[in-house]
Amino acid sequence: MASGSNQKLITAVRHGLTHLFIIALGLLMIYPIVWMIVSSFKPNNMIFSDPGIIPKAVTIDNYITGWRGYAGSTFGRFFANSLMMCAVAVVGNLISCSMAAYAFARLKFAGRNFWFMIMMITLMLPGHVTLVPRYIMFNTFGWVGSYLPILVPKFLATDAFFVFLLVQFMRTLPKEVEEAAIIDGCGKLGVYLRIIIPLAIPALVTTALFTFLWTWDDFFNHLLYLTRPDSFTVSRALRTFVGDAGAVSNWGGALAMSTLSVIPAFILFFTLQKYFVQGIATTGIKG
Amino acid sequence: MRGMSGIPRFFRRNAVAYLFLAPWLVGFLVLTLYPMVYSLGLSFTDYDFTQPDSTQWIGLGNYQKMFGSVFGYDEFTASTGEVMRVDPYYMKSLSVTFTYVFVSVPLKLVFALAVAMLMNQKLRGVPFYRAVYYIPTLLGGSIAIAVLWRKLFEKDGLVNGVLAGLGFSDLPGWITNPNYALGTLILLTVWQFGSSMIIFLAGLKQIPEEYYDAARVDGANRVQEFFAITIPLLSPVILFNLVMQMIGAFQAFTQAYIIGGGRGGVLNSTLFYTLHLYIQGWTYHEMGYASAMAWVLLLIIGAFTAIVFRSSKWWVSYGVGE
Repeated sequence: MASGSNQKLITAVRHGLTHLFIIALGLLMIYPIVWMIVSSFKPNNMIFSDPGIIPKAVTIDNYITGWRGYAGSTFGRFFANSLMMCAVAVVGNLISCSMAAYAFARLKFAGRNFWFMIMMITLMLPGHVTLVPRYIMFNTFGWVGSYLPILVPKFLATDAFFVFLLVQFMRTLPKEVEEAAIIDGCGKLGVYLRIIIPLAIPALVTTALFTFLWTWDDFFNHLLYLTRPDSFTVSRALRTFVGDAGAVSNWGGALAMSTLSVIPAFILFFTLQKYFVQGIATTGIKG
Repeated sequence: MRGMSGIPRFFRRNAVAYLFLAPWLVGFLVLTLYPMVYSLGLSFTDYDFTQPDSTQWIGLGNYQKMFGSVFGYDEFTASTGEVMRVDPYYMKSLSVTFTYVFVSVPLKLVFALAVAMLMNQKLRGVPFYRAVYYIPTLLGGSIAIAVLWRKLFEKDGLVNGVLAGLGFSDLPGWITNPNYALGTLILLTVWQFGSSMIIFLAGLKQIPEEYYDAARVDGANRVQEFFAITIPLLSPVILFNLVMQMIGAFQAFTQAYIIGGGRGGVLNSTLFYTLHLYIQGWTYHEMGYASAMAWVLLLIIGAFTAIVFRSSKWWVSYGVGE
């Protein structure tokens, strides 16, 4: 009996130490982010000197100076641009990726395996090999400077990752629901709209979530295509705090706007956490 | 007659499916396949975005420009008769990128696996811990964090503030010192091990507890368990993580761009491949050269992916006792 309770004690101590270790490491991991949030409320001259997370003086000056933005546009404008762009991107990906996924997962057609293989190859393709011609093409269309080079591809299912995620999910749906609907006189479009889409909602939420976050965080395409300051997104606008040699003139403003810029990601993450974990665990979404 | 009815029949049978596939198909043909062929063509020209009319075929000129220094020459005569200079920074960008990929990816995976194993015990609060550890990954790709990272590792930044508090002196400016700048970017990448951790954690949960029980009955210790059970059974997941992280790391751009202030940092110490490609294509308008660089990157990524898949024969096992 004594050895049994000893064993329990050892397990309890081990678990306690593990908790302690995980918490300590976790604090270290999120310390920079906490520091960013706290420092955004510190007076500009104290950000440099103070590594602590308890501010000695609190101010919202950084938010006021940072919000003024760049070249006559405020961060209000940049946030509106980002939100609008992300909303359209989400709609585009939901429609185009679910259509392609429905064809791959539920329809039989000549060439299915061939196109599916092609789709899987594009998953691994570095985007840079299409970069220059796309830029030339979009420039010929007169699209450079607008959101079209970023948004039109979303309506053409170029994010193969989501096609793959939705295919994986739709394949698991039982055949019977579909057959019953066909007997009831539903066409393929009816099955897609009334059966498959409602059943695939968990995977569609994951798709919407990651489309939003990646479009929000994307910088490279915004750098290439958004040339007018009044069309800047939040991520493109944050870059204006960093000068060309890397010097930052208004650190307080930079940290304040950086803090605001991560709020949408936080809200989505903490409200829709299970979709994150599902999405990552089933397809290994990058990150 | 069969031949004549063949096409309408093919159409009748497949039309609906191809209508659903149409957006993806158009996207693939117009935004992927055509640009790929186009950029391969451009890679043999001196295409300049601002002067498209003066474009000339220069044969392998762009490739000589990349790799000329390997063969020890600084300039060469292109097929047009024009003397071209070898790109003095190409090999640097290649070595920066290789260092980054082959240091950051293994470190990231080791961390991810270690933390996943720590969390795979029957502990309370694992979902919460998992969420906290995922936060850096959630935000890490953003400009906000890149800006923050610059601040943390500056000469008078948070890191030096903490180190000074611990009694260290003569601390360098980590970002502005060419010996350490790449290290701060590697650290930034390793910090974002959250996705890999979640994938490992899902994989670890698939391993039946009985295997460990059986091993313990046979007197195996923890280290033996790890190498005889955990690693083999997790190897498909490790392979998957390795390939995806490696492909992503070769293409890293944003954080290096911000931390280097739009350039390659001090002495090009953080001149990532894609950053160099962007500067060549969009700052110097050398888009033929940028296209050639993109194709070489594709080949590099393809080659390393193939090597990893080939090697997987020896270290990846699918299923036990089958």
